Amino acid sequence: MQGSTLDSTQPPHPVPAAESHADLRVWGLLTFLASESLMFGGFFAAYLVLRGGAAEWPPAGTEVELLLPTLNTLVLVSSSFVIHLGDTAIKQNNVAGLRKWYILTALMGSIFLIGQIYEYLTLGYGLTSNIFSNCFYLMTGFHGLHVFVGLLLILGVLWRSRQTGHYSDAQHVGVEMAEIYWHFVDIIWIVLFTLLYILTVF
Amino acid sequence: METQIISNTTSPTSTATEHPAAWKWYDYFRFNVDHKVIGIQYLVTSFVFYLIGGLMAMALRTELYTPDPDVLNPNLYNAFMTNHGTIMIFLWIVPAAIGGFGNYLIPLMIGARDMAFPKLNAIAFWLNPPAGALLLASFLFGGSQSGWTAYPPLSLITANTAQTLWILSIVLVGTSSILGSVNFVVTILKMKVPSMQWSQLPLFCWAILATSVLALLSTPVLAAGLVLLLFDINFGTSFFKPDAGGNVVLYQHLFWFYSHPAVYLMILPIFGIMSEVIPPHARKPIFGYKAIAYSSLAICIVGLFVWVHHMFTSGTPPWMRVFFTVSTLIVAVPTGVKIFGWVATLWGGKIRFTSAMLFALGLLSMFVIGGLGGVTLGTAPFDLHVHDTYYVVGHFHYVLFGGSVFGIYAGIYHWFPKMTGRMMNERLGQLHFVLTFIGTHLTFLPMHKLGLQGMPRRVAMYDPQFVNLNHLCTVGAFVLGISVLPFFINAVWSWIAGAKAPDNPWNALTLEWTTSSPPPVENWEVLPVVTHGPYDYGMGYGVSHDSNPDANDSSDDSSAPPASNPILALD
Repeated sequence: MQGSTLDSTQPPHPVPAAESHADLRVWGLLTFLASESLMFGGFFAAYLVLRGGAAEWPPAGTEVELLLPTLNTLVLVSSSFVIHLGDTAIKQNNVAGLRKWYILTALMGSIFLIGQIYEYLTLGYGLTSNIFSNCFYLMTGFHGLHVFVGLLLILGVLWRSRQTGHYSDAQHVGVEMAEIYWHFVDIIWIVLFTLLYILTVF
Repeated sequence: METQIISNTTSPTSTATEHPAAWKWYDYFRFNVDHKVIGIQYLVTSFVFYLIGGLMAMALRTELYTPDPDVLNPNLYNAFMTNHGTIMIFLWIVPAAIGGFGNYLIPLMIGARDMAFPKLNAIAFWLNPPAGALLLASFLFGGSQSGWTAYPPLSLITANTAQTLWILSIVLVGTSSILGSVNFVVTILKMKVPSMQWSQLPLFCWAILATSVLALLSTPVLAAGLVLLLFDINFGTSFFKPDAGGNVVLYQHLFWFYSHPAVYLMILPIFGIMSEVIPPHARKPIFGYKAIAYSSLAICIVGLFVWVHHMFTSGTPPWMRVFFTVSTLIVAVPTGVKIFGWVATLWGGKIRFTSAMLFALGLLSMFVIGGLGGVTLGTAPFDLHVHDTYYVVGHFHYVLFGGSVFGIYAGIYHWFPKMTGRMMNERLGQLHFVLTFIGTHLTFLPMHKLGLQGMPRRVAMYDPQFVNLNHLCTVGAFVLGISVLPFFINAVWSWIAGAKAPDNPWNALTLEWTTSSPPPVENWEVLPVVTHGPYDYGMGYGVSHDSNPDANDSSDDSSAPPASNPILALD
């Protein structure tokens, strides 16, 4: 068989990657998130079925608090705009701006998670109390896990941005991917908040 | 094979591109990002699990030779029954058909050097061995007992640790499937060689595209259901416990929303293989290229809305029965389109009865039987009578064994020369085919009658009136067990010492045959340029190719336009 697949007179591939094709990572992420959203879709559907079969929702003794989650929602939804400012900054080759807005986003994400944990600790019921609390903790917990992953992605971007030239106006796919993921987490929360909180209280 | 390492002298910065000219044997046992290595890793790994699952099946059939549970402990029978199904679906057919053939062939068929995300691809493969290990480890805790469907309440009250391991195993292969599908969708949509029109995309690629979309949409829902089950078993929740406000039928919906499409995950790639195997061995263009391509997408879409036909006896309301009966019958239409497309391709062709073609023809006949059984089962009034009987077992084994496994065999005989650079032995292939064909009918045909007579499935003992037909099934199962031997010997022996394969032994026209056998690490030195359709047989393409093994063919094709250029013009 013919041994070499590389033409020795020229670089086998242009830098930086082992692939000569266009960067398709954003496509990959979007495809993955389309799939991921159906996992939440499964949880939402399960929740609605269980709620539909219940005589009383939420069961007696399970109060849903609204003030803190609403503040939390405001923080998370605003952070989606903040993170976009970071993306805008790097498109103008402004790494300092990118870092500023991404740090702010990470802070807002952390506030959300801390608020969530605080809510868990102060609610009068736990995971196993009743069918509503089963759903409540599973769904918010699962979403919280996604917020945490998003936070890690943002911290990853911040870590890499310390190296000058790692991100620029021409090269910032990683920044974009963290932003897309963050928006995804945000959108899931809006559905979750509507289902679990608003439609339960009203 | 050459073992020389190409050092990257001209471009010191692109260290990621360094690779040897050809992989050594041990590279196949390591983390490797080459789609061809990954494809073979999938095929070999899944074949090992096929043997394990097959031994379990033979143990089950040995038990069922007599009406009483006298060979296996009934709990062990349940564990074998559960894990036989789980292994055959999640660790054999799905990874072999999608992971194995998909990874090996997609980049080669579309003229790409690799998949869009090679590293992700390797990660997706390496989730499979731990998943298999978890499943086998569950036997240390008694093995999960609740069938591959894991319906609560059974799955909540039997062998909790084993059931937990089972869930983790399925979540792992599910993750692998999702990551693999992301890769396929992006690769097929974005990485075709520019000279290839959409109408020149091989039908296998259309099939894998449809499969991947289906896997992306359905697998996460199963994951959601399994997470809920995991919490019910281990963390005291009550999603599926009716006494605490849960709902058992909810699990069935979540499960079948994935697991019915999973049926198509297991057959759509096989349909793709059929469309690749039949034309070159019948020397005719495929009949109805567009119809076959679009019918894959139609099956993908309609297949998402038929899942309740598994639940006609689960207290399903009448309107649902009607809706899902109708939608189920609709799926038969695009499937029939494909069947007739292949029959019409065979019609008047110069059929070469190679081992690959034998299995493709076997599939055609078996799948029609299995498919007709599916139409009867999809009809609620009939299903109510045969639900959970051996009629169902007979039906889905015709589809999954007579369909999927025959297709995988056809694919292996067809692409083995490309993958290994060696030809397989045709005599052993024919023996393999005859044994498999007889064994399949002998094992699964009597099950239809057993089911109509009312023999329940999934139970280690049965009424003595069923004993005669069960003898037939067990004998057939052992014929099937023996049938693997000629294949196994053939594959191992041919891989080591088979005749050297030419680049294009079947004189086929898809792109994978334009490179060497086996292909070099990045598939081509210079990417091919597509000058004709993938199935333009009898039009003069490929005639003068030096590796044409069949002189008769060229005489038939000689009336076609002059074939001065071989399969493709190389740029």
